[in-house]
Amino acid sequence: MIVRILGEGQLQVDDSASAELNALDAALEKAVNDGDEPAFRNALLALLDRVRALGTPLAADVLEPSDSILPRADADLDEVRGMLTGEGSIPG
Amino acid sequence: MSVMKRVSMIFKAKANRALDRMEDPRETLDYSYQRQLEMLTQVRRGVADVATSRKRVELQMNSLRQQQNKLQGQAKQALGAGREDLAREALSRKAALDSQLTDLENQYHSLQADEEKLTVASQRLQSKVEAFRMQKETIKATYTAAEAQSRIGEAVSGISEEMGDVGMAVQRAQDKTAQMQARAGAIDELMASGALDDISGTPRDDIQAELDSMRGGQNIELELQRLKGELGTGSKQAIEGGAGASDGAGASDGAAQSAAAEQPQAGDGA
Repeated sequence: MIVRILGEGQLQVDDSASAELNALDAALEKAVNDGDEPAFRNALLALLDRVRALGTPLAADVLEPSDSILPRADADLDEVRGMLTGEGSIPG
Repeated sequence: MSVMKRVSMIFKAKANRALDRMEDPRETLDYSYQRQLEMLTQVRRGVADVATSRKRVELQMNSLRQQQNKLQGQAKQALGAGREDLAREALSRKAALDSQLTDLENQYHSLQADEEKLTVASQRLQSKVEAFRMQKETIKATYTAAEAQSRIGEAVSGISEEMGDVGMAVQRAQDKTAQMQARAGAIDELMASGALDDISGTPRDDIQAELDSMRGGQNIELELQRLKGELGTGSKQAIEGGAGASDGAGASDGAAQSAAAEQPQAGDGA
């Protein structure tokens, strides 16, 4: 599967990593729903670290859409909440 | 994968709206390509804006450092003249500039990081736009509208995701640059007003004024000593030559006496 980290680019991640990444993603979602900033930051950084560790960057001229997209490391809680509700400004 | 999936769904929805807009999907290719070129221009402008901002902060850092060096020099001068109080004042003003300098240094590094990130993003987008242009030509040349649909969908979604990502990065960089420009403007104004020269708020550099007056006082003393010395060695010459000179000095001193003073002056000339 292809995962994009916003601001960093796309990575190819083996499907076998799904379960592990899903668990980290669930923790991230919970933190967002709870509005828990420290938990949110930890969960986001943990998820991004695993994706970076497991993934291989895609070549710049690949035009494939990503299966999953992740917020950038310094995104704040409100920004991510806005993205999830579609209120965030995503140009393009 | 809720967060991951939901964010990517929002990006996909954006791409699909672009695809739905056109009757012939091949038109979407040209439309999307135009948008890509616009986005490339925007990203490059973003990089240039951030670089300009970074240079401005750099200039301000240099000014503050110069100011600190000047205060350091003044402290040394004051100490040399036995004025510890003045030296202390100069050093405390120098220390007061530290926090401003630290703030500027942080801004500088943050802008530098943004500039690097945006440059990389702009290169990545450039590669993708080039790949898209080639695919676009192939698709238009070899496929019918119906056949082209899925291939176009893929290419457009891929690039539109990249554009969304880059677009957000540019937006963020521009917002940040605007904020920093405002702060830089405020510091420029402070520097122009002279308030940074003197943290205590008096408009002119009072430490320098005091040092100058001390030095001025010393110079007058030296000059007096020299004059006294001259008088001591050649007193007769000085008195004889000084008679005419003192008349001349009297003439220039008082405007009210000018009529009376003109007579001896005219006499001198004849």
